[in-house]
Amino acid sequence: MRIVIVGCGKIGQSILKSLLRENHEIVAVDIDPDVISAISGNYDVMGICGAGTHFKTLSDAMVKNAELFIATTGSDELNMLSCFLAKRMGAKHTVARIRGQEYSAENIQFLKRQLELSMVINPEQLTAQTIFNILKFPSAVRSETFTRRRFEMAELSVKPGSALDGVSLSELRQRYSAAFLVCAVLRGEKAYIPGGSFVLEAGDKLGLLAAPEDMQKLLRGMGILQKSAKHVMILGGSRIAQYLAEDLIRGENSVKIIEKNEERCAELCGELPDNVLVICGDGSDKELLIEEGLDRADAFVSLTGIDEENLLVSYCALGRKVPKVIAKISQDSYSDVGGRLGIDCVVSPTHITADLLVQYARALENSLGSSVETLYSLMNGNVEALEFDVSDDFACAGVAIKELRLKSGVLLAGIIRGYKTIIPGGDDVILPRDRVIVIAAGQKLCDLSDVIA
Amino acid sequence: MKYKIVFYTVGRVMLFEAALLMIPLAVSLVFGESCAVAFIISVLIALVPGLALTLLCRGAQKDIFIREGLAIVALSWVCISAAGALPFVISGEIPSYIDAFFETVSGFTTTGASILTDVESMSRGLLFWRSLTHWLGGMGVLVFVMAIMEKVPDRSINILRAEMPGHSVDKLTPRSKSTAKILYYIYLALTALEIVFLLLGGMPLYDSIVHALGTAGTGGFGIKADSIASYSHYLQWVITVFMLLFGVSFNLYYLLLLKKWRAALDSNELKCYLGIFLAAFIIIAVNIYPLYGSVADAIRLSAFQVSSLVTTTGYATADFNLWPQLSKAVLFLLMFAGGCMGSTAGGLKMSRIVVLAQSVRNELRHALRPRAVSSVRLNGRRLDPQEVKSVHSYFAIYITVIIAVFLLISFEPFGFETNLSAAVSCVNNIGPGFDLVGPAASYADYSGFSKLVLSLAMLLGRLEIFPMLLLFSPKLWSKR
Repeated sequence: MRIVIVGCGKIGQSILKSLLRENHEIVAVDIDPDVISAISGNYDVMGICGAGTHFKTLSDAMVKNAELFIATTGSDELNMLSCFLAKRMGAKHTVARIRGQEYSAENIQFLKRQLELSMVINPEQLTAQTIFNILKFPSAVRSETFTRRRFEMAELSVKPGSALDGVSLSELRQRYSAAFLVCAVLRGEKAYIPGGSFVLEAGDKLGLLAAPEDMQKLLRGMGILQKSAKHVMILGGSRIAQYLAEDLIRGENSVKIIEKNEERCAELCGELPDNVLVICGDGSDKELLIEEGLDRADAFVSLTGIDEENLLVSYCALGRKVPKVIAKISQDSYSDVGGRLGIDCVVSPTHITADLLVQYARALENSLGSSVETLYSLMNGNVEALEFDVSDDFACAGVAIKELRLKSGVLLAGIIRGYKTIIPGGDDVILPRDRVIVIAAGQKLCDLSDVIA
Repeated sequence: MKYKIVFYTVGRVMLFEAALLMIPLAVSLVFGESCAVAFIISVLIALVPGLALTLLCRGAQKDIFIREGLAIVALSWVCISAAGALPFVISGEIPSYIDAFFETVSGFTTTGASILTDVESMSRGLLFWRSLTHWLGGMGVLVFVMAIMEKVPDRSINILRAEMPGHSVDKLTPRSKSTAKILYYIYLALTALEIVFLLLGGMPLYDSIVHALGTAGTGGFGIKADSIASYSHYLQWVITVFMLLFGVSFNLYYLLLLKKWRAALDSNELKCYLGIFLAAFIIIAVNIYPLYGSVADAIRLSAFQVSSLVTTTGYATADFNLWPQLSKAVLFLLMFAGGCMGSTAGGLKMSRIVVLAQSVRNELRHALRPRAVSSVRLNGRRLDPQEVKSVHSYFAIYITVIIAVFLLISFEPFGFETNLSAAVSCVNNIGPGFDLVGPAASYADYSGFSKLVLSLAMLLGRLEIFPMLLLFSPKLWSKR
């Protein structure tokens, strides 16, 4: 599939990398010749230097027969305009990054319709949502939901001496009555799709799939259930912080934002509801954080623009025994550093956005069969969890799962049938119009039929 | 420097060469020649390092940065030349290994300089191999390997850049692999077209293929003692036209295929190329008219020789050693020109001449009006000062290399004209020079040392100096 990416900043490059891994043909466009020469030297893509709104640049980039056109420059208006032009020139699908707060939800809907955009991405908002999900469910490093919240996928880390340390999976299943599935384990750099005899060790990260009510029971049983965070302290008054604060206030949490810049503080104060406490001060000052009640906070979220500061302050917050600490990182390649410091909750806007586009591109590749509904990359990108919508003509419908010859490294983890959730055993079957959750390690699945060897 | 990936890729290239040696093997079997045995032995010898390197360095990290790209290209070219020389030695038709190495380097670098004194006595299988090396070397051996490899490593553009002639290589498509494929398809199609035209003129099939391979790579190995002179006038014109066509940038053909006429023809490099050709052609035609006494002959001979030298091919239909001094001077200067960037031709390249000429103009203008601001443009694009600077330094190094080669071969007891033209001819991948190395003579009289120096000169010229030169730099090989 040919994909054109206009604007190769942090987000653009992260998208480029992820899509390249998916084996797409990519044309990268940027106005800065240095960026283009670096990109075309490092990746197998075609680099074009020019503005995304110039006819010549766009035609050089072969927009005419591009399947997907993604505009991620720093300017919303530029993105909209170049998407509009690309659409007129024959690009099949266009995706624009629009993040300005002046564009409200209904405004975005209007623009999307008028400009025939296929999707609008707002990395800051996506990140805020992800953080909000984690805060609601702080036992997990990360949690994702599938269709209609029927299934939840939680990434947990196994702490030494906890109920999970040194237990085999089949023992685990006997111990708890709830229906669940450990669908992936990350040990060191290597990801496993474990069988029943797999024994968990401290330091493992595991992916747990269960229905939401079972998940609560399960975590309580394991003794790692944490109450959802009530008092949240946010460092850095970025856009992410603003979105997050809005979401949290709606969920009746108490929110405190610490921001250095006085003007920005005033702005935040004006735009956010009154019960958000905005404090003007340097958050890298430990005394200030303690004074503002770091020790009493249920969660601490570090969202400044500087990765080092985020990691450092989060590390300090961990030391002060804050129950949930989340750090934002924009340099994707350093996200493992957080894990090594013990900050297991690291969110990266670039990573989140790239995931979303990979999911979108996969769905485009397969618009006819059983298409990808949701895609999450788990375990530092080693494992993928995909949700497929089973089409009416799915070849293996009604065949018992034990009869199917599945590829290695693939696991049928869950089936959603109407309002029922099934953790499938050998005798279960897949029916048309089910939603099926598949876990895959080391391979790219576009269609449900790819699962069968 | 990551040794593993470098040696792994070199191993792959050796395996690839072993496979390629099967083609002349088949030819010699068709003609029932005894050199088939030599090819079989050579295949086996090439397989040993090929298999050893690929197996030992399996599972290497696939990252190829600029340093690795340069090392891979330089080492691969030395290795394929070393292995490609084997059939000549084993068959006993070129008994000295140094001679055979010189001949093979001359083939792969599309030079066409030969040490053979009697071409017509060689077996056809070996002559076919010699011409095949032209064809492969013209577009690039690694480019070919990349086009057929199932999975190309990341950053493979660094290999493409180091091997493709021209100072900046543009990709035609997003993927290096498909770019390499398109280039080879165009190359193959043009070669096939030339074979058809030659066959129509009554040239035997074997001769047509060999000459088409030589023209396509802008090489110049013939199979007759008098190169092309004994063929009919029609055939000479066909080769003249195709030599010119192969000196044009292949990107341009791609643009034509995409029907982007404006973009294709709006190239000042192409205009410069045709301009230089026309000017030289007219001067020489007028100058040699008294010698032949016929307008048709003067035009045909002038056109052929000029297009042969400007594209660095090196075929000949006349012994231009016997031409008047003015014509010889013009031909000598043409040796420096070379074809367009992104073609199979060697030499300095038209694009660099365009840039250098504009720089000179700007400097002159600057001397008169110190505050005037000026720019250098190439094919409708303003060049960055950094790019202009790199062309300047390339020119300086290029001249230095020619001088160094000239000095090193001046130990030979030959005339000034012979040695200088030999150095210029080898660095620019042309083939024939003047006087004792003229189109009717050969490089056979040079000593072994000079032949090695000239072989290196050809490799330097073909790979645009830097990869070969850096091969001798310890910094390239340091692990850190």
